[in-house]
Amino acid sequence: MSMLQENDPYMKDMKQVETAALFRQIIRIMEELRQGVKKPYKEVIDVASGDPQKTGMKPLSFVRQILAACLYPQLINDNKLPVDVRQRAQRLLGECPGGSVGSYSATRGMPDIVHRVSEYISRRDGGAWSNPENIYISPGSQWSLANIFQILVNTEASTRTGILTPVPGYNTSILSIKELGAVPVPYYLDEEQGWELHMEELHRALASAKGVCNPVALYIINPGNPSGQVQSRQSIQEVIQFASEKRLFILADEVYQDTVYGEKSEFVSYKRVLAEMGPPFSDTVELASFHSASKGMLGECGLRCGYVELVNLDPAVMKYIYTQFSKDSCAPVLGQIALDVMANPPQPGDPSYPFYIEETQHIRTTLVHNVNRALTAFNSLPGLTCQPGEGGVFVFPRLDLPPRAIQKAKEAGLGPDTFYCVNLLEDAGVFARPGAEYGQKEGTHHIRICIMTPPDIMEELLRRVTSFHTQLMKDFS
Amino acid sequence: MSQQQQQNGVSHRGKVLTLDNMNPNVKRVEYAVRGPIFLRAVEIEKELREGVKKPFTEVLKANIGDAQAMGQKPLTFFRQVLALCSYPELMEDSKFPVDVKQRAQRILSACGGHSIGAYSSSQGIECIRQDVARYIETRDGGTPSSPDNIFLSTGASDAIVTMLKLLMSGEGHDRTGVMIPIPQYPLYSAALADLGGVQINYYLNEDKCWALDIAELRRAISAARQNCSPRVLCIINPGNPTGQVQTRQCIEDVIRFAKEERLFLLADEVYQGNVYSEGSEFHSFKKVLFEMGPEYSSTVELASFHSTSKCYMGECGFRGGYMEVINLDPMVKAQLLKLVSVRLCPPVPGQALLDLVVNPPQPDEPSHATFMKEKTEVLAALAEKARLTEQTFNTVPGITCNPVQGAMYTFPRITIPQKAIDKAKELGQIPDMYYCMRLLNEEGICLVPGSGFGQREGTFHFRMTILPPTEKLKIVLQRIREFHLRFTQEFS
Repeated sequence: MSMLQENDPYMKDMKQVETAALFRQIIRIMEELRQGVKKPYKEVIDVASGDPQKTGMKPLSFVRQILAACLYPQLINDNKLPVDVRQRAQRLLGECPGGSVGSYSATRGMPDIVHRVSEYISRRDGGAWSNPENIYISPGSQWSLANIFQILVNTEASTRTGILTPVPGYNTSILSIKELGAVPVPYYLDEEQGWELHMEELHRALASAKGVCNPVALYIINPGNPSGQVQSRQSIQEVIQFASEKRLFILADEVYQDTVYGEKSEFVSYKRVLAEMGPPFSDTVELASFHSASKGMLGECGLRCGYVELVNLDPAVMKYIYTQFSKDSCAPVLGQIALDVMANPPQPGDPSYPFYIEETQHIRTTLVHNVNRALTAFNSLPGLTCQPGEGGVFVFPRLDLPPRAIQKAKEAGLGPDTFYCVNLLEDAGVFARPGAEYGQKEGTHHIRICIMTPPDIMEELLRRVTSFHTQLMKDFS
Repeated sequence: MSQQQQQNGVSHRGKVLTLDNMNPNVKRVEYAVRGPIFLRAVEIEKELREGVKKPFTEVLKANIGDAQAMGQKPLTFFRQVLALCSYPELMEDSKFPVDVKQRAQRILSACGGHSIGAYSSSQGIECIRQDVARYIETRDGGTPSSPDNIFLSTGASDAIVTMLKLLMSGEGHDRTGVMIPIPQYPLYSAALADLGGVQINYYLNEDKCWALDIAELRRAISAARQNCSPRVLCIINPGNPTGQVQTRQCIEDVIRFAKEERLFLLADEVYQGNVYSEGSEFHSFKKVLFEMGPEYSSTVELASFHSTSKCYMGECGFRGGYMEVINLDPMVKAQLLKLVSVRLCPPVPGQALLDLVVNPPQPDEPSHATFMKEKTEVLAALAEKARLTEQTFNTVPGITCNPVQGAMYTFPRITIPQKAIDKAKELGQIPDMYYCMRLLNEEGICLVPGSGFGQREGTFHFRMTILPPTEKLKIVLQRIREFHLRFTQEFS
């Protein structure tokens, strides 16, 4: 077994058994609560996914009003809905075949929406041109990510395809890579430096792949999940130079670009940095950038819509990418409409603008407030250390459990962080995810908690975690 | 090397991702429905928009089974409930009937955070799976169905591909072989190419109205055993593109065959609500399997697929669907759960829609009358168009059309004169693609050549949907007739 597999930070088999156990547990607890079994809590606080609406955050009214009017066009003539909502719905329906959201769209997405998304990208990136022909809208960003992974993975080559992946990194993407028979090549982010990416570590990771697999791509998440780190322009440039030199395809997962809260941080896209670096990089480095309607201000996880923008790909390969996506039919039309709103929110002067601003302001304020509260609360507890984040919707504090707790976990056949999460769920009704799922440096343990929740839920969450953690530290001291 | 690169003194930098090193399986994928002829149709539409003069003013896209794109109306009940689910503030509005509001509330209470914008579990919302199981039980005369065996999906296609992925194993001679009907809906061949599976063709009998012949299944599997390990048998019932509706006897025979040969059955039943011919009746594989007794029902492995895109709903854009798995090995089921988690979850509006399809208005509910009226109208129109299409094509010398017993398509056989076949060859085109391209360029009608679905060597077909509005359909049929006669004349 290769060194890569032996020291697999994603700890494949053990983790899967644990994850399955955790999911069985939550189903059981939910059922028990439904049946009125007495517990120290009335409801589970589910902060296991980056899903704000699940915890009670409200969707944007503008988005939902448009969806309703598109679904039931009689509402377009109903002046209960704002006039800009009704106008948009009418225009969108005119862009749908047969005037209905029930029709299939073109493979890459509704052409007018794809076009507007390209304009949105261009505006975001200071005017850098975005070619609508290179954009594919899909049922969530993970779907298009999997399609691109698939094209990169050469199943007939004598050496397995490798893809550099961050530790910690988003577990679903890593799982996707493994399902396709490719090898994740881990590069470790530096926890002590706020989960910063060091170029030496990328070099080291790439070197470690020698003789094990053929690395063809670099998967990077910015802002990070679960790390919450936001890359500087400088860092992005270095990564692009590295990819160019080492002939790697860049897969930039940027779904959290709209939730940057760090005061000194600013999201800048890989596409923009690439364009601004000029030739030779700007017209040679191959890049796929991913975004989604599930995150940011929209938080529409259940609608399943994201997109990929492909830059500098071989035109011959692009033809096959089209066929690959075409057999998937198309992304759900309601999701595409939500994406369209993301790309074109209400503007000053529009009737919906004031309320839209109020709602998005509330989301931003809540995020900042929650992050600060969580950092303060966790860092005041012995055995919990939380790096200050800059973006995304998670905190990923490190757990330093007493040896007796670690021993107890071992006896239960669980990693310490899974043990922590299992007991946190059972005793405190808080559903968080163990760091083992995302990968972590050997001997370290973490938990991932979504902090995009209504403020009162956050307070309750912090109260429960503080109480649980304090008790646990006492019990195992 | 580009001028620019020379100027920069940068040596020629080939692409990282090229035809040579990309996944070779992906190069073998074809999907005719959205393939070259469709892309040409889109090009022509662009030319029309730019004012280029053509012998027609619009392109009729009869290539894809998209009823609402062709003007079929969605059902009011579905859209009202979904509007309320999207924007619950509308619950105050008195124009929505009480049953619409109740359904919306029930769906929302099953969603995380009471919102369709939250992720659901990967398998799909529990109470919707329960409703689907109940629907299946009713449909199948009481045959029990467990929600644990129901997996909601992003359209039926997603579930079909997931199952094929799950069933793919082995290498070389042990590689999984999958039996598929010819002609077939090209998702199957595309998925198999993508997954590196071995495609085992079994030919449907055109002379017997596209009937499935067990002898032909035997021939196909026997030949296939020489180079792969047949593990799966796919059936599309009602058929796409053939429209054939399997008899109960035939379904039993297929199940027996699957048991004998130890094959996993994939039953694509998305058109189960589209049955038109008198004397044809939809029988689900699940029901027949269970009625054959425990010897079969406790051993034969089956996955049945359904969707919200077809039947009377036609809600393709929602990407709603499900599969029911029977007798799945528990370890395989665990793998399946893992596989579906990679997609996170199916679109929640599609799940909600599916819930309404399996829970339509009941006779005592306010929306019932309108619902039944709309549903009946849609199905009656489809039946009429199926009949009209078959009838019209059969009056054209050189076109023969089997009865359209079900589904949404006609797949007539066309006689292409030898001279045209030669011309096509000259141009490097398959003859029925050449025919369809000519039709598209001259009449603005987009059909899909039979070669995209598979056909017996030496025969040619096209697939046309029966979906355009009746008056338009009549005109289209007329123009195809005229084109065919012209074409035959030209190459006589």
